[in-house]
Amino acid sequence: MTSAWRRVAAIAAKDLTAERRAKANVVAVASLGALILLVFGFAVGPDAATLRATAAGILWLAVLFSGVLVFHRSYQIELEGGALETLLLYPADRWEIFAGKLLANICVVLLVEAVVMPLAVIFYNIAVPHTWPALLSVVILGTLGFVTLGTFYAAMASRARSREVLLPLLLFPMLVPVLLAASEGSAALLGGDAMGDAGAWLRLLIAFDIIFILASLLVFEHIIEA
Amino acid sequence: MTARAYPSELAPRSSFLSWRALAWIAPIALVAAQLFGLLNSPPDRDMGHLQKIMYVHVPAAWNAFIAFFVVLVASVRYLWTKEERHDLLAASAAEAGAVLTALTLMLGSIWGRPTWGVWWTWDARLTSTAVLLMIFVSYLALRAFTEDPERRARWSAAVGIFGALNVPIVYMSVRWWRTLHQVQSSPSTVEPAYAWGLRLNAIAVLLLLIYFIAKRYEIAHLERLLEERRDQEALAQEPAHA
Amino acid sequence: MTSASISERASDFGTRSSSAVSLSGITRRFGHKWALRGIELDVGAGELVVIQGPNGGGKSTLLRVIATAIAPTGGSGRILGLDLKREASGIRQRTAMLGSSNGHYEDLSARENLRFAARMLGVRQPEERIAVVLTHVGLSQDADERVRSFSSGMQRRLALGRTMLQEPQLLLLDEPFNALDADGAVLVNDLIAGVRQRGGTAVVVLHDLARLTWTPSVSYTMLRGRLT
Repeated sequence: MTSAWRRVAAIAAKDLTAERRAKANVVAVASLGALILLVFGFAVGPDAATLRATAAGILWLAVLFSGVLVFHRSYQIELEGGALETLLLYPADRWEIFAGKLLANICVVLLVEAVVMPLAVIFYNIAVPHTWPALLSVVILGTLGFVTLGTFYAAMASRARSREVLLPLLLFPMLVPVLLAASEGSAALLGGDAMGDAGAWLRLLIAFDIIFILASLLVFEHIIEA
Repeated sequence: MTARAYPSELAPRSSFLSWRALAWIAPIALVAAQLFGLLNSPPDRDMGHLQKIMYVHVPAAWNAFIAFFVVLVASVRYLWTKEERHDLLAASAAEAGAVLTALTLMLGSIWGRPTWGVWWTWDARLTSTAVLLMIFVSYLALRAFTEDPERRARWSAAVGIFGALNVPIVYMSVRWWRTLHQVQSSPSTVEPAYAWGLRLNAIAVLLLLIYFIAKRYEIAHLERLLEERRDQEALAQEPAHA
Repeated sequence: MTSASISERASDFGTRSSSAVSLSGITRRFGHKWALRGIELDVGAGELVVIQGPNGGGKSTLLRVIATAIAPTGGSGRILGLDLKREASGIRQRTAMLGSSNGHYEDLSARENLRFAARMLGVRQPEERIAVVLTHVGLSQDADERVRSFSSGMQRRLALGRTMLQEPQLLLLDEPFNALDADGAVLVNDLIAGVRQRGGTAVVVLHDLARLTWTPSVSYTMLRGRLT
């Protein structure tokens, strides 16, 4: 079992190294996230109250739209030099490939969020509450759900025709629970969470994450080999 | 020892012979059930005869769920056995389900207009159904964009299973979301006066659903048979030159 | 969801199957086009088999099926005594393939590519092995340069190096001499010799026999999906 985890770590490290080398990519993705925040701000209008009310939702949209680019790239490096076939020929179980890529993608998306979220705080005049640890949990669990499905669906979409439209088309309907839980949970915590709603949304995120991480690990071998 | 079992008989499976009768039974049942609903139950207190749209809207919704369930089961069976017929059934059910879901949404919207004055309301059930439609649509889009049959079957199965797993989660999360922000009431479906009308219509739509799925499956099955025949002929043809 | 078990590894030291490759009725299609049309092939252990033929004949596809990179549409086979479909993981452990594309991560250096391969293969004392391999293929000087900057010859040599990390029982080479100069060709021939010295088998797809120093045990031609 330990050799499997070593391989998972090797795959994650390899993906992260490749990502670091193509420096332009993370910067570009984070820039896109910032841009979306700005553009939404224009669309919603400068009224401070409106901005604060919609901040959580817009923030998560910015993360979603810029995040899909991360998933594409994760498979791009495999398709470029014909590395995928070589990867599939190592004596490794298929779930290890998914787990390794999942770990790497989580790191990259968290990095992007580390840029985009402070910017949202600035643009939308968000007051960071004392409940910020709970807020952090919402962010991490929401990101986990997002990246799990993103890594899974990108394994297919990146190799299909019309991949730019196919990945969002497949991914976004599936992410509705995550989007709702993350924005509502964030919004509740930002507003002091008088009703204690955040707890319910956190539990939903945990259940979602567990279900889809397990499902992805089980089904990945069927989609990566085809 | 092939990786997948291709249908080898030209005639469809005998268990399906009975479904052809539904071609005329189902529409008759639907008309009868609609008449029952229209004539039998009193107009709603608030909405008047507009309430009767529920007799198509609700059965359509229920049967969309049934179709989605078929997609789930067929997808799992495909991944388990790699037999292509399960993939064809899943695809047929997905198409029928997509149509029913779109119908549910349209009727919901049509009902909403005179009632609330708007074409769309972010009502929990309507919104969840819209998400469900998008999941079906993305499933069909994936199939359209994937040409190799085995890859298409495997990928669709994965997407079908994941989509089905998510349906209850979507409905739950959207409902919570709507209870947080004050919401208008949904059309009543629990009053006993409407119950029989709904049940009869649900069964009639179910018969129609079975017919559509079976017919679609038969067409897909024959298409694959034809393709398979052509492929096998192509395989036998090319001679090797010394 | 099982990888090769310990008992399979133990069998490495036990009986060697006398047949390295045994294929029966193998077919493979892509969409509606048949790449393999009923392949029958038997390769004994220790042999050097050469497959020639024009482009598009299916040679690469056949090699990929043997390597278990793709599954056949129909037919059955045993590779190194293991079932082609059910024991693919065990086959992969003992087989190394150099495909038509090099399979590198272009933003990583040569050393990093080999390090990744070594970790995935479970190579013992990886850093030493990698250093040895890099020297052997003549890439020690460029070891820390990104593969993106390599010429096609260098990339091919790196791919050869990756194959050398493995010490396989069955070596599959698809146009190995492509993009290689005379020195590179020596590497390929050495690689084949090394495998056979250990009692392993080599199946090589080639256009041009001239660069191969060894006499093949058997030669096949592949045309339009069939072997002759």
